[in-house]
Formats: sequence, C-alpha cells, structure tokens
Amino acid sequence: MTADGLRQSREAELDRQSRLKNRIACCSVAGCLAGGGDAVRAALAEEVKAQGASAEIEVCGTGCMGLCSRGPLVRSSAGEITYAEVKPGDAAAVVRSDLDSLNGRILRQSDPFFAGQRRLILANSGKVDPEKIAGYIAQGGYQSLLRATSEMTPEEIVAEVKKSKLRGRGGAGYPAGLKWELVARHPSATKYVICNADEGDPGAFMNRSVLEGDPHRVLEGMAIAGRAVGAQQGYIYARGESPLAIERIRTAIDQAQREGLLGGRVFDSDFHFRIDLRIGAGAYVCGEETALIASIEGKRGQPVLRPPYPPESGLWGHPTLINNVETFANIPQIIENGGDWFAGIGAPASPGTKIFAVAGRIRNSGLVEVPIGTSLRTILFEIGGGVPEGYEFKAAQTGGPAGGCIPAQYLDVPMDYDSLTGIGTMMGSGGLIVMDTSSCMVDVARFFMEFCMDESCGKCIPCRAGTVQMNEILGRMTSGEGKEADFAMLEALSGLLVEASLCGLGRAAPNPVLSTLRHFRSEYDAHVRERRCPAGSCRMGASA
Amino acid sequence: MSVRTLEVDGRTITAMADQTIFSAAWDNGIRIPRLCHLGGLPDAAACRLCLVEIEGQKRLQSACTTKVAEDMVVRTDTPALQAHRKLIIELLFAERNHVCSVCVVNGACELQTLAAELGVDHIRMKPQYPKLPVDVSHHRFGIDHNRCILCTRCVRVCDSVEGAHTWDVAGRGRNSLIISDLGEPWGESASCTSCGKCVQVCPTGALFSKGKTVAEMRKDRSFLQYIVTAREKRLWIAERKPR
Ligand SMILES: Cc1cc2nc3c(=O)[nH]c(=O)nc-3n(C[C@H](O)[C@H](O)[C@H](O)COP(=O)(O)O)c2cc1C
Ligand code: SF4
Ligand code: SF4
Ligand code: FES
Repeated sequence: MTADGLRQSREAELDRQSRLKNRIACCSVAGCLAGGGDAVRAALAEEVKAQGASAEIEVCGTGCMGLCSRGPLVRSSAGEITYAEVKPGDAAAVVRSDLDSLNGRILRQSDPFFAGQRRLILANSGKVDPEKIAGYIAQGGYQSLLRATSEMTPEEIVAEVKKSKLRGRGGAGYPAGLKWELVARHPSATKYVICNADEGDPGAFMNRSVLEGDPHRVLEGMAIAGRAVGAQQGYIYARGESPLAIERIRTAIDQAQREGLLGGRVFDSDFHFRIDLRIGAGAYVCGEETALIASIEGKRGQPVLRPPYPPESGLWGHPTLINNVETFANIPQIIENGGDWFAGIGAPASPGTKIFAVAGRIRNSGLVEVPIGTSLRTILFEIGGGVPEGYEFKAAQTGGPAGGCIPAQYLDVPMDYDSLTGIGTMMGSGGLIVMDTSSCMVDVARFFMEFCMDESCGKCIPCRAGTVQMNEILGRMTSGEGKEADFAMLEALSGLLVEASLCGLGRAAPNPVLSTLRHFRSEYDAHVRERRCPAGSCRMGASA
Repeated sequence: MSVRTLEVDGRTITAMADQTIFSAAWDNGIRIPRLCHLGGLPDAAACRLCLVEIEGQKRLQSACTTKVAEDMVVRTDTPALQAHRKLIIELLFAERNHVCSVCVVNGACELQTLAAELGVDHIRMKPQYPKLPVDVSHHRFGIDHNRCILCTRCVRVCDSVEGAHTWDVAGRGRNSLIISDLGEPWGESASCTSCGKCVQVCPTGALFSKGKTVAEMRKDRSFLQYIVTAREKRLWIAERKPR
C-alpha cells in the first residue's frame, strides 16, 4: 500500500459509513459472546434484512465496551446509545431505536461508568469491527506506521517513545523507551520483536480483549517497534486458551499482509516486517520473558537466569524487544500525537491510561480504562458503582498472584506503579478483584499460593518446594490446624522465595501472603490462636 | 588473559577475568555450597545454594554463574545465607523420600554431606512422601526418583558431553520428573549409549549402578576428569611458552 492508497481507503470507508443511517455494533469479544452475543447479532442482522433496511443500517461486530457484567452489549451509532442485556427478542426494538421497550437497559456516554473513563487504547471499541481492516484504517489506523516509515528515522521514533515516558504494561513497569533504545543501539543485524500476549493472571482479560477487539492496533505498534529497533521479524505469543484472540490475530495479520502493511517494503519503504503467531500451551510461567523465548525456540518453557537480558541476547541469541500487548497498543497514538502529549496524561512518573479488569463483589464488572493515578475509590465506587446492596467492601486484590490486597483505609491510593508498591502490592497487568467482608484473607492468600505452586516450573528449589510448604501451612491455618511456629516458617520461606528464586514467579509468589499478613494480621491470629475464621468462609469457617 | 583482584570473605584473591565467583573461590580453597553446578557442565543456576552477597548489589547472585570483577567484594557465608541454605536443604529432604540409612550412596552423598556441613539435623516442615517409581529396566544402571533432587546434572551431562540427550524433565513444579527419551523405560531408550556419565555426576543415590547395595555405591568423578579439567583449564588451547 502507498500513502495515497491509505488515504483513499480511509476516505472510501468514511464515506460509506456516512451514508448509513445507523451502525449497530455488537460486542464480539469472548465475554458477550459467551452470554449469547452471537444470537443477538444474528437476530439483528435478520431484523434489518426483514425491514429491507440493509442499505442504510449496518450490523457489525466490535470490541469490548466495558460493562461485561451487563452483556451482551450492543451500541447504536444513532444517538450514541449502548443497550445492555440484549436478547435476540429485542432485535426489532434496537433496530427501530424504540427506547421505551428497552427501558432500564439504556446506557449513555454520560453515565458514570463511561464518563469516568478515558478510553484511548479502547477508543475503537463500539466503532470498529475487529474483523475488518477498513474500519481500523477509517479511524486513522496505520497512519502512525506511515509516519514512522516515511517521515521519521528510527532514532526519532525511539526518542518519541522515550519522551512519552511510557512504562511497560506487562507488570514490572520498565520504561519502554529505554528498552527500545537498548535494542536499537545493538549492532546485531538480526533482531526480533515479541509481543507478550500470554496473559495468565486469574481473572485478567485486558490483553485478550484488546487483541479480540482491535488487533490491528497491536500489529501497528509492533511494526513501528520493528522499524525503531531494526527488526524484520515479530512474533505474537498468545495462549491456546484464547481461540478467538488467535483467530482475530490471524485474520488481522492476513489482511495487513494483503494490504502491504506488513511483509516486504512496507509503504514502499526499505522496511520489511513480518509478524508470525506462536501459540503457547497455557503455562503461567511462559509469560516470563525468558521462558516465553525458550518456548518460541521449541524448548521446555522454563526461565533462564538473567543477565543477559533479552535486549542483549534473546530469541536464538539475538537482541530481542519484548513488550506486552497493551504496551504496543499505546504506540500508534504516541507517534500520532507525540510523546509530550502522552506524557501529559495520567501520573507524571507513569503517564498514560491503564486498562483494569474489574471483577468480584462489584456492581459494574468488566473492562475499565482510566488515566494512571486515578484513585482506587474512583474506579470502584464511581465507575464500578460500588459493592452491591447488603455487602461491605473489605479489600481489592491487584497484581494477580504476584500482587497483594488493598484494605479499605487505602481506598484513596492513586493507582500507579510506585504508589501501589508503596503499600505492599503492585500494579501488575491490571487485574482488580473486589472482595467483601465475607472473604477470608488467609484463604485468599492460600488460593494464590496454590496457583503459584501449580504453575511453578520446578527448575529452582525455593519456588518448586517452597510453594508446596507455604501452601501446606496456609492449608493448615484455614482448616483450624495452624501452629504458632507456622508464622516464623511462613516468614522464613517468604524471605527465601523472594531473595533466592530464579525468576519473578518465585520471587513474587509470597506477595499475597506478605500483604495479607501486613494488613490483616488479626485474621491470621484468629485462625491460629482462636481456631476461628472471622469471615466464616474458609474451610474452617464452612465446617464450624 | 587479564586478571582480576577481588575480595572474598575478607581475603584478597586474584582470578582470571572470565572465571566465575564459584571457581575463583574454589581455587583459593573457599568452598561455596552447591548442588546443581558441576565443573565442565553448562550451568542451570537452579539449586540456588551457591547464592552470595556482593557489595553494592541488592540481589543475591549465584556464584556459579556470576563472573568476577575488579574490586568486587563478595561474602559467601553470612548468617542470612546460611539460613537460606539450611532451608533449601530442608525443602529437599521434605520433598521426596530421602531415607539415607537404606540408600546406596549413604556416606558419600552430596546432599547428605551438605546437610551435615550446614547443621541440618531435623526438618521443620511436613514431609511430602510422594509415591515415586524406581526404573531398573536398564541392564547396568537404575534410577530411583525418590532420591532425585532435580538438579538436572544428568540431563546436562548427557546432552552436552555425551551428546545423546537421553534425559530430560517432564511435568512441572513438584510433579517434575526426570524421563528417558519420551518417557520410555530407560532400558528401552533408543538414544542411551550406556556410557554411565549420568550415574557418575548424580549427586545423590538417584542414579546408581546395579549390583550395589546400601552404602556401597561411590561416584567416580575422575571418569569425567579429562572433560572437566580440559574445559576449565582450556587444555585444548596451546599456551605459547616464552622461550
Ligand atoms: C511469572 C511471570 C509471568 C509473566 N506473565 C506475563 C504476561 O502474561 N504478560 C506480560 O506481558 N508479561 C508477563 N510477565 C512479564 C514479562 O517477563 C516481561 O517483563 C514483559 O512481557 C515485558 O513487557 P513490558 O515491558 O511491556 O511490560 C511475566 C513475568 C513473570 C515473572
Ligand atoms: S522461580 Fe519458580 S517458575 Fe521461576 S525458575 Fe524457579 S521454579 Fe521455575
Ligand atoms: S537423577 Fe541425579 S543427576 Fe539427575 S536430576 Fe536427579 S539428582 Fe540430579
Ligand atoms: S550451584 Fe549455583 S545455583 Fe546451583
């Protein structure tokens, strides 16, 4: 494709859309589909046909609109209305915009759930069909890649990303610009770009939704990265458990290749970039970068000691840039609007927006995108609608198995990397689980420890055998058999795992225990010294 | 080859620039505990027993993989490191069925020796007593998974020295198991050359020669002597002597 071709393609699609009276976009990512979204979409298409309105009303799919707990969601471009809990029987009413019969299920952009958010990465959700490249191009897609290949030098791209102060969204928050610079400066002729889409935290589906809802944004980000660091080959490492995401990535890669946006001579420049998909078998540890690389190489998916870090020696020993899905999804807008624009959004030390997957005891659960630094209270009680009637908030868990719990007294904490580390948890990849007073915090710690035990690769002794013993102790405590000496052993084992484990899985595995010990020590004491569970919900609580 | 001067446990020592802390310490009579490292094999950095403190570095580093550096200050035996090491040994004893009194290498086992050196005389955690198989299908050797500490020395020696890659690890976490070929009985392995290197490098009684009874098995490291020393001392590189 040429620059002119991109402009023509964009104008043609915008023109087509402007001649439509209405576009009815049905959420077509896993959550709403599981709730019957497919049948709703089919019924809507049927209804449009029956009314003979196919020329002026389009029924299409789109990415996650966020309020997953009230899906299937359908968005009508006429009046910018989103309908919740749509059933196939509602098709006629939706097509006719008959608001009366959809009363109570009408969501407007001014509702707190939408108004409180700032949707940049998810900007195309509700507008763009993830299966059609034209829709992405119509919204300005691939313009940034055009700029990156025709107007900018690789050094300028890296400089822009550095200026944006974008931090990696995969968990650790390492500055993306610094990593890009390391790879770009390496003299090697062969380099790789890898997109880490192995998202494995229990309950997290931010990356999956981005890939299912707007795959071209990630491909564009990767291609820009390839241009910046001097790589000609990229890989997306996705898990086999998300078949829909895999299908969407495949479709998107095929489309981009056919249009000449990936492959040889991108935009007629001297830049070549291929992207291939690699599918993992669903081991949490394969999200760790060195294990992921081993897995792509066809080896057993287990970590190897760093250094050397991947920017120096990664895939097949070559310099490799590895970033998270959401990190890459941020790139096109940084190139489009500039690093300074991006640096002005969110918290000064960690700019931009972050997608959270909010779940648990909360009214509005689903995907929420907010500027980094938004307080937990705003996310849960304004956007999230608070905990349902009859329940009382107890804690929010962030960071998955590597994170910790935030008790009520810290509800005003700004959700940014450093503030969360300061109170003993971490941002992680964006999982946010809300718990009420009926949750036993010792049991929560036990749940995550069991997860780490099952997911440990087994290479190093502290993690392989230490998680077993920590799980053993927490299991004892939650069944009323805890001993006083268990506290000292929990602490000693935590210290060993944190300091001696080979990779981040083992080093972070004690975090849920340490954070609950810090904020909910009295609950542990009640279990061990009084043989009772204050929340009444762990194994002991249930049997008592 | 350039030389580095560093301090290990208060002693000033010199080492070649490409030596690891472990081997520099070893050359100077400082023994850092280890189970997965064996000279001449590629390192896995897996047992974490050799962790040392390096001044100015927040994280503990494995001595077997960290290269020496000029003016580095290393401590190999602080109370904190000793506590970690004891805990690692306890974890190993609790993990599988290490009944020394009926083991072929009783008295010559690296795990047992380390436990004694570190003063591990009881374990403070719950033994797991897993039910694990013993494979004696090979005509000369056997593998008893109850004694295996998953150090992967056997995997590495077979792959990188013998070149057969008979052994590998199956499963993950506590369910990890050393397997031959694709999980066939050892005796039916098509790749095994019966060289016995794995048996000699195994630090415990997990790999043994048939016909040995309790406390009779002795590992013969000189078996690997040439390969080990040749690699470490770079014997294949002709050093030009000054005339
Ligand atoms: C046990 C473990 C699991 C991980 N899982 C993921 C994951 O699912 N997705 C991800 O992007 N990063 C994951 N990471 C972090 C990666 O190692 C790596 O830091 C990240 O992909 C870098 O991308 P970023 O700089 O864009 O965040 C994991 C790390 C560890 C230790
Ligand atoms: S910390 Fe756990 S997952 Fe990481 S290398 Fe060690 S055993 Fe494997
Ligand atoms: S069989 Fe021996 S050498 Fe092989 S992993 Fe087990 S303990 Fe190590
Ligand atoms: S000897 Fe260094 S990690 Fe095992």
